[in-house]
Amino acid sequence: MTAHAPRGADAPPELVQLLTPEGERVEHPDYDIELTAEEVRSLYRDLVLVRRIDLEAVALQRQGELGLWASLLGQEAAQVGSGRALTGADMAFPTYREHGVAWCRDVDPVNLLALFRGVNNGGWNPAEHNFHLYTIVIGSQTLHAVGYAMGVQRDGGESAAIVYFGDGATSQGDVNESFIWASVFNAPVVFFCQNNQWAISEPLEKQSKIPLYKRASGFGFPGIRVDGNDVFACLAVTRRALRNAREGQGPTLIEAFTYRMGAHTTSDDPTRYRLANELEAWKLKDPIERVKAYLFKNQLADQEFFEKVDAEADALGKDVRDRCLALPDPPPGAIFDHVYAGAHALLDEEREQYLTYLAGFER
Amino acid sequence: MTTLTLAKALNEGLRRSMEDDPKVLLMGEDVGKLGGVFRVTDGLQKDFGEDRVIDTPLAESGIIGTAIGLALRGYRPICEIQFDGFVFPAADQIITQLAKMPLRSLGTLKLPVVVRIPCGGGIGAVEHHSESPEVYFTHTAGLRVVACSNPADAYTMIQDAVRCDDPIIFFEPKRRYWDKAEVDLADPGLPLDRARVVRPGRDVTLVAYGPMVKTCLEAASAAEEDGRDIEVIDLRSLNPLDAEVLTESVTRTGRCVVVHEAPVFTGFGAEIAARVTERCFYHLEAPVLRVGGFSTPYPPSRLEEHYLPDLDRVLDAVDRSFAY
Repeated sequence: MTAHAPRGADAPPELVQLLTPEGERVEHPDYDIELTAEEVRSLYRDLVLVRRIDLEAVALQRQGELGLWASLLGQEAAQVGSGRALTGADMAFPTYREHGVAWCRDVDPVNLLALFRGVNNGGWNPAEHNFHLYTIVIGSQTLHAVGYAMGVQRDGGESAAIVYFGDGATSQGDVNESFIWASVFNAPVVFFCQNNQWAISEPLEKQSKIPLYKRASGFGFPGIRVDGNDVFACLAVTRRALRNAREGQGPTLIEAFTYRMGAHTTSDDPTRYRLANELEAWKLKDPIERVKAYLFKNQLADQEFFEKVDAEADALGKDVRDRCLALPDPPPGAIFDHVYAGAHALLDEEREQYLTYLAGFER
Repeated sequence: MTTLTLAKALNEGLRRSMEDDPKVLLMGEDVGKLGGVFRVTDGLQKDFGEDRVIDTPLAESGIIGTAIGLALRGYRPICEIQFDGFVFPAADQIITQLAKMPLRSLGTLKLPVVVRIPCGGGIGAVEHHSESPEVYFTHTAGLRVVACSNPADAYTMIQDAVRCDDPIIFFEPKRRYWDKAEVDLADPGLPLDRARVVRPGRDVTLVAYGPMVKTCLEAASAAEEDGRDIEVIDLRSLNPLDAEVLTESVTRTGRCVVVHEAPVFTGFGAEIAARVTERCFYHLEAPVLRVGGFSTPYPPSRLEEHYLPDLDRVLDAVDRSFAY
């Protein structure tokens, strides 16, 4: 074992892979997946549309329409693969970058943009989509997922929770506490760590001296590393972990080995801390290109299909853009809404005073 | 009427809450077989089982974080933080998640989580076991913060807190846990967000909450011998604050002294002083005075009698108020 987990494409680590970067199907002794042509085309469509939403959001930020955006570029397969492994009853707890999982949970992308536009702090109903709100404080949501899973246990439910976090988050106390809780309570939860190699500017070796998936054994549950740019493998591995959780076999840590091809957020400048050749190496492992190559090679899709998906992506991008720009600013009184579920005398007083003050300008 | 200690009144209130609603859970360190280090949860695991009275790993952030998850699944968790000084590892989950998630969801999520914290000094404890961290939480929008001072309130307030759909920080005065009083188990008590005049008086208003209510009542009795008629208000709720009761009282008495164990500097008394001054300016005969801890960390227990406001320091402040 090397002291540092490799980041480049030249040193492939031990991981589950079912589709090579060249689009070749490969066998794995423990994991396999049977997918119809229709299912593969559907995954490809997800990947392309999710990337298109992301590109549109980056563009909107550059044009001053969003305050910030956290791009998922390069992580589409990890998110779509795991997202499509979920059943409707499973509950997902995202960070702030899980736009691909949100897509799989039928959350309107405009709701994601509204958060980054500053219209609200999360405008979707988590219970409606079984997709929790974005969590910005790193790792906090891992404990929420475990608590939720403990609730499923108490309900005698047959669903699982999945929680997303990054390589940097594995250094957080909350993530480690969530591992302990999940282990001792045998909670039906899947820890899905997207190791995209970079926590803003800090490489993985600033977070861990062992591969992240190996952490799980110290907590008493299985850990597995999957090629995070392989949508087939991510789907297969997550499906198995979720099934194990639902069947009472407790938690699993999945480390999806992937790469953040863009900046941490639109405020970041990765040229200050990483070399361009690293990005070039990972471009060869692009999560979308390999599925396209697989569909082509196996004659599971024709040119017309790819053109149709591209056209759909363009239409989606335009729709997202138009509806984002049409988002109304909330009225000033909205500051006071939903802070408390019940009546709150102090807040009522402040609301009345401020709205009266504002009204003074209209006379 | 039943005679109960404050700890037992809380225990009875928790029991009633758990009987009333199967979604109510208790969780914390040593709350199960041991019944909590102060025995507030004594016997509840035996009667309600390990799934509802959960002995947790020793990690406060984990307690609050998983309670949030349980609440998202429809449960109503009551978390016990073993001592005031140990709430800080959970501060992030309380402040960034518990307090803000309902707003973040535009009201689609409710987090009916109660965080019970034994607070305050006076028990000869070691460091971190005698603190009064209330203003860290009153300053955090989204939380309700309450403090009980006597067995009857403890019994009803804990039940009201569990029924409330907002997250609540529930302070329990640990040195009063063993104080006994008559409790009418059929009396629903005051609404949770209301203050109470616990002793009416004409000359000066003493404002307190939690452990200092008893100290103020003792001071008021002592002052009676000097011919001073002191009114004592038990705030009960710190956020929201029942400004009406305060205003009505100080408008009548013209003098106000706030008493708490926490340091005076930027303590809760500062908020009371500001509000009372804004609302009662033309009725005040003296500035609002504050009695509390010093701007020091809580001292070793052999010094705590100097740090904690007592009857004499309260009466000294009353004298100073009358000196204006």
